[in-house]
Amino acid sequence: MDATLLLGLYRQMALCRRFEEAAAKAYSQGKVSGFLHLYVGQEAVAVGAISAAEPTDYVVATYREHAHYLARTGDARGAMAELFGKASGCSGGRGGSMHLFDAAHRMLGGWAIVGGHVPIAAGVAFASKYRDEKDVTLCFFGDGTANMGAFHEGLALAGLWKLPVVFICENNQYAMGTPLYRTLSVEDVAVRARGYPMESEIVNGDDVLEVREAVRHAVNRARRENLPIFIEAKTYRFRGHSVADPATYRSKEELRKWMERDPIRMLADRIQTLGIATEEQLGALDDEVKAQVQDAVEFAERTPAPEPDTVGEHVYA
Amino acid sequence: MPEPRVLTFREALREAMVEEMERDPSIFLMGEEVGHYNGAYKVSEGMLARFGEKRVIDTPIAETGFAGVGIGAAMVGLRPIIEFMTWNFSLVAADQLINNAAKLRYMSNGQFTLPIVFRGPGGAAHALAAQHSQALESLYAHVPGLKVVTPSTPADAKGLLKAAIRDDNPVVFIESEVMYALKGDVPAGEHVVPLGVADVKRPGRDVTLVAWSKMVHTALKAADVLTGEGIEAEVVDLRTLRPLDERAVLASVARTHRCVVVQEGWPFAGVAAELIALVAREGFDDLDAPPERVTNLDVPMPYARNLENVVLPSPERVVATVRRVLGLTEAPRRPAVAGRGR
Repeated sequence: MDATLLLGLYRQMALCRRFEEAAAKAYSQGKVSGFLHLYVGQEAVAVGAISAAEPTDYVVATYREHAHYLARTGDARGAMAELFGKASGCSGGRGGSMHLFDAAHRMLGGWAIVGGHVPIAAGVAFASKYRDEKDVTLCFFGDGTANMGAFHEGLALAGLWKLPVVFICENNQYAMGTPLYRTLSVEDVAVRARGYPMESEIVNGDDVLEVREAVRHAVNRARRENLPIFIEAKTYRFRGHSVADPATYRSKEELRKWMERDPIRMLADRIQTLGIATEEQLGALDDEVKAQVQDAVEFAERTPAPEPDTVGEHVYA
Repeated sequence: MPEPRVLTFREALREAMVEEMERDPSIFLMGEEVGHYNGAYKVSEGMLARFGEKRVIDTPIAETGFAGVGIGAAMVGLRPIIEFMTWNFSLVAADQLINNAAKLRYMSNGQFTLPIVFRGPGGAAHALAAQHSQALESLYAHVPGLKVVTPSTPADAKGLLKAAIRDDNPVVFIESEVMYALKGDVPAGEHVVPLGVADVKRPGRDVTLVAWSKMVHTALKAADVLTGEGIEAEVVDLRTLRPLDERAVLASVARTHRCVVVQEGWPFAGVAAELIALVAREGFDDLDAPPERVTNLDVPMPYARNLENVVLPSPERVVATVRRVLGLTEAPRRPAVAGRGR
């Protein structure tokens, strides 16, 4: 097992976790406004998947996309400043938590209407195929998307036109506050891919290596054969739908059970079992990440809000 | 200057697309029946044979899907033309247009441009009833981030479509089913009409009729009738609703001192209301009478032909409104309005 790879994945997942802990704290202090949807508990999916793609492959994500942005760009400052509504944010303070963009890193959002970005991801892949470029598009969405028309239309066109896109369902068991068994007529979201038709795979979304391996395989095939592939990663959201949601609709027992599968803890155990690093060494890595997040918070605090007279900029090109 | 030839409105649109697609390989046409069927209204006739399936792409009936595909493709540098068989069907893709296309550039702080044209016929045709007869330009013109283009002649159709395709913003381009066979002189080759520039389609001194798309012709017919009564109406064709050529409207009203807006579509919160607010605010001192509007009645479109005729603005209603504005008839007679005081 590649020590550099495992430690790199650990560092990225830790960055996502610490970033969101800091964001939640800043929210409680009134420094972050709006909706704040945390990805805590799901880090293995974004980190595993994005690490499996080339940096030139496109990432299209939802409003729960801090981790995707961080995994793609590593830019904690730009993301935190965006949450703080600062001009130095990655979307200039015009997007906020739900709209993180970085064109240079091919991080294409940050879309906050459930399902609406699925056809867009298909369109990005359409452009790759049209220009005979070999880039693949990763499209992330939650289980709650699986009943939206846009989801089905996006999959239908990707299947029809054989577009190189890997659809990654982050099945965290809840569509906002409603459990899957009350919102989905099938057990697995993945079965929905079959009719389009699209090969699908279900993976343990709490195992970063399993996610990575499945996505690596899917990306390679999508690139080589120009076709869409569907991956469903089963995972769990440790926090509520947003920080405003106390998540009283689920039992403590259920939460405890899933938290035993904390993806970061599981990777840490693996790293130690393999003798790649000790608990102390991982602790030092974590401290490094905390310092990076602290730096991002300080950056976000000290940089200015957008100038009011810029409010009309970027409505049109 | 290139020689003008007589073309139909649909031929002019096709010529714009063909010329632009020959110029720039990143442009493609996508929509229902645009290829093998040669276009539901034959606008894209022959384009599949010319450009092949890679660039003239038939879609399933999935407006949300293919509108979104267009947006995604435009985000990374292609220049899609997305045809809606009618603008009525765009409503199932309203999320793509309003939530995504109109917002991307702003919420990414200018990191992305979205050079995409959504086009197709809008407004009432003949006896198509409530779901197929909507003039939706006021709805889309409400949304910052979209441009809205509404040509009235074949020459403008070509020139404005070329400008729309070259524009780096999402453009809502609304044609009209009943104008596709309309003939007119169209310059060959490079003929580009910039967005945001209105055109005086008929000069006049007594009253300004502001219109766009099909209603330009309604206004012109009314102006012909008014001439017989010694009233010279100026017809200002906005051509684009966003950006709006406010100066052209105000300049005309400064000459005529009276303003009637002729709008297909419902009155409530429509573009005509916006224009009247503009004229009242910026042209108040020029006005000799309150600005007025002639619009659809405030009802869904009925099927029966006689009822449809009552709902749509007609030259007769425009003439009657002009007479009122000129003080030639008694107090305003309001058209029947549903949903008020009930």
